[in-house]
Amino acid sequence: MSRLVSDLGKDLVGLEPLSANQIRTVLDTAEPFKEISERPIKKVPVLRGKTIVNLFFEPSTRTRVSFEFAEKRLSADTVNVTAAGSSVVKGETLVDTARNMEAMRIDMVVMRHIASGAARFLAERIPSNVINAGDGWHEHPTQGLLDLLTIRDHKGRIEGTRVCIVGDILHSRVARSNIYGLLKLGAEVGVCGPPTLLPVGIQELGVQVFRRVEEAIEWADVLNVLRLQLERMQSGFVPSLREYNRFYGVSSARLERAREDLLILHPGPINRGVEMDSDVADGPRSVILNQVTNGVAVRMAVLYLLAGGTPETAESAKHAAES
Amino acid sequence: MRGPLLTRESDGHQPLMLKGGRVVDPSQGLDEVTDVLLADGVVEAVGTGLGAPDDARIVECAGHVVTSGLIDVHVHLREPGGEHKETILTGARAAAAGGFTAVCAMPNTDPCVDDPASVGFVLAAGQRAGAARVYPLGCISVGQKGERLTEVGEMVEAGAVAITDDGCPVMDSGLMRLALEYARIFDIAVADHPEDLGLSRHGVMNEGLVATRLGLRGKPNASEDAHVLRDLMVAELTGGHVHLQHVSTRTGVEAIRRAKERGVRVTAEATPHHLLLTDEAVEGYRTDAKMNPPLRSAADVEAVRAGLKDGTLDVLATDHAPHHYDEKEQPFDDAPNGIVGLETSLGLVHTHLVRGGLIDLPTMVERMSVAPARAFGLSGGTLRKGSAGDVTVMDPEARWTVRTEHFLSKSRNTPFEGWDLVGRAVLTVVGGRIVWEAGWG
Repeated sequence: MSRLVSDLGKDLVGLEPLSANQIRTVLDTAEPFKEISERPIKKVPVLRGKTIVNLFFEPSTRTRVSFEFAEKRLSADTVNVTAAGSSVVKGETLVDTARNMEAMRIDMVVMRHIASGAARFLAERIPSNVINAGDGWHEHPTQGLLDLLTIRDHKGRIEGTRVCIVGDILHSRVARSNIYGLLKLGAEVGVCGPPTLLPVGIQELGVQVFRRVEEAIEWADVLNVLRLQLERMQSGFVPSLREYNRFYGVSSARLERAREDLLILHPGPINRGVEMDSDVADGPRSVILNQVTNGVAVRMAVLYLLAGGTPETAESAKHAAES
Repeated sequence: MRGPLLTRESDGHQPLMLKGGRVVDPSQGLDEVTDVLLADGVVEAVGTGLGAPDDARIVECAGHVVTSGLIDVHVHLREPGGEHKETILTGARAAAAGGFTAVCAMPNTDPCVDDPASVGFVLAAGQRAGAARVYPLGCISVGQKGERLTEVGEMVEAGAVAITDDGCPVMDSGLMRLALEYARIFDIAVADHPEDLGLSRHGVMNEGLVATRLGLRGKPNASEDAHVLRDLMVAELTGGHVHLQHVSTRTGVEAIRRAKERGVRVTAEATPHHLLLTDEAVEGYRTDAKMNPPLRSAADVEAVRAGLKDGTLDVLATDHAPHHYDEKEQPFDDAPNGIVGLETSLGLVHTHLVRGGLIDLPTMVERMSVAPARAFGLSGGTLRKGSAGDVTVMDPEARWTVRTEHFLSKSRNTPFEGWDLVGRAVLTVVGGRIVWEAGWG
């Protein structure tokens, strides 16, 4: 089953190169995998014997743990490599790191890297499947997919849904993956943030730009609220976190103008009191923890598909352990 | 096979007769089929029916174009300090193979060329290379730090033809003023890389839709425009000669055009890549399309072309910037800026701008030979009797494909690999001596 060209191709570098059908395939494949995580014994032998390296050049807890659970619940053998303890700090290039991994005969690499394009760079140079777990400001495709799945779970559809991404769009790989995925599946997409944090030409991607968060809230069926990183304040993109909260923070007061069924997403980790107030994060509209749960299922689906599985066999694969 | 042919028989003492070529010399309005005779290192005569001395080597040039030698005023030869990328020897040979009889070496080496001894080193290594002439530039500021003026006069006496902090823009406007004023003593140009670093904010490509999609940090046009305008104002203030390097923006071109109209002493460069490529070449994170200034939009390419055509950008220069393959074999953010240009420039310009109809052949020679010599006060750039015997002979019909494995440069970093071109140098003559000769036909 390995090294076949899967329904997704060899790698998952981003959502921009995928078709709407390929994206739907991942979401549909994730559905049967959701149930595995609800079992007392959370394991199926789908990737038994496969070796997967989780190569994290940037710190990450949520994404790395989510991938690791997905891999282990599919019975793969996994190794975690982080930049701090690796040969990278000894000056090894990305190409050499990759070649050395490859020489140990691995099957897949899940990589997070600080440079945009790093996942594609790796994918073009090694025969293993490469999954992008976030490359610079470029894409974070599995986050985009789990956001799509969560919206579909709660809204019943994605087409025609108005989704506004709020916050630091400029530096956000989550924003880009969301924009590509949502537009391909027919959603209306808005972005909202201070002009210092909106990339030039973003409208040309086909999204609507909101300068004021109040307008975005009134317009949207779904708000995907991004984390404001502390570094952004240090480099002067916003004067202070307090001021950011005052003008762009999602608060209960601001949500009074929202639609009754407004859904609130956040890729985490949340800065409570900065981009989102606690009562919103913990409130009835928030589906933030559902996103986390869906993250494992979506990543299982991606791993399964890249390994050559098909959506038709996903249902039977999950019963494999019982047979 | 191609290779630098250091012809012993024509070592400058043997007269050389270039017979029956289309001789193009815009410096004297010449464009006709005739002969060129070189002797004792200089142009002896141009005309038909010249009697060649008995010992002369006669080269049949029928169907070829014979011009004053091409000059590239913007190359990085990387020596000292970057010999794994290029040396003065390999760079001078690559230049000769590309039809250049002279190049100007940028001083941003390691250590940088900011004193007379370093200038002397580059000059001597260039002479030893025995290929294209190598003219050193010196730094504007000590250590290229942008703080204190170098010993400009000492460097000029040692052989520097201009000063620049290329690679680093001169951010301190006060220092730029001093440099332009002081350089007037020696009547040399102050060359500047126009970029406001505050506005470009560590960008790695042009700011725009492509950068937004790829998630790469962009440099806006304004980062270049603001600096071009600043340099023009300071040149106007001081009466000094500012030479603006690799101009890439439409507003920059227009500002230079207006400044020239009101008599500001400014010369300016266009590079082949800014004339031929847009930021879409970066698609796929191609590091061979990463350079500074970055490839810009189609509207900017149009403006740079118009500037080259009307002479606003009077000098065509390559910004030849060799890098080792594993330096470019990195994620886009980490790869260094720049591409090699010496061995593709003539073919690209001839194919896409001359045959492409933007400029005629005499204008190409004006931009690649006459104007560069004038801008930096170099010998050459003309075939007048008694001037340096620097000549380029090109076959305007030669069809060839860019193959980096054939480069004489040590480096291979070009986005033009595989391009089919028409026209290339077949003979490069420096001081009456053949330094490069391709297989005829």
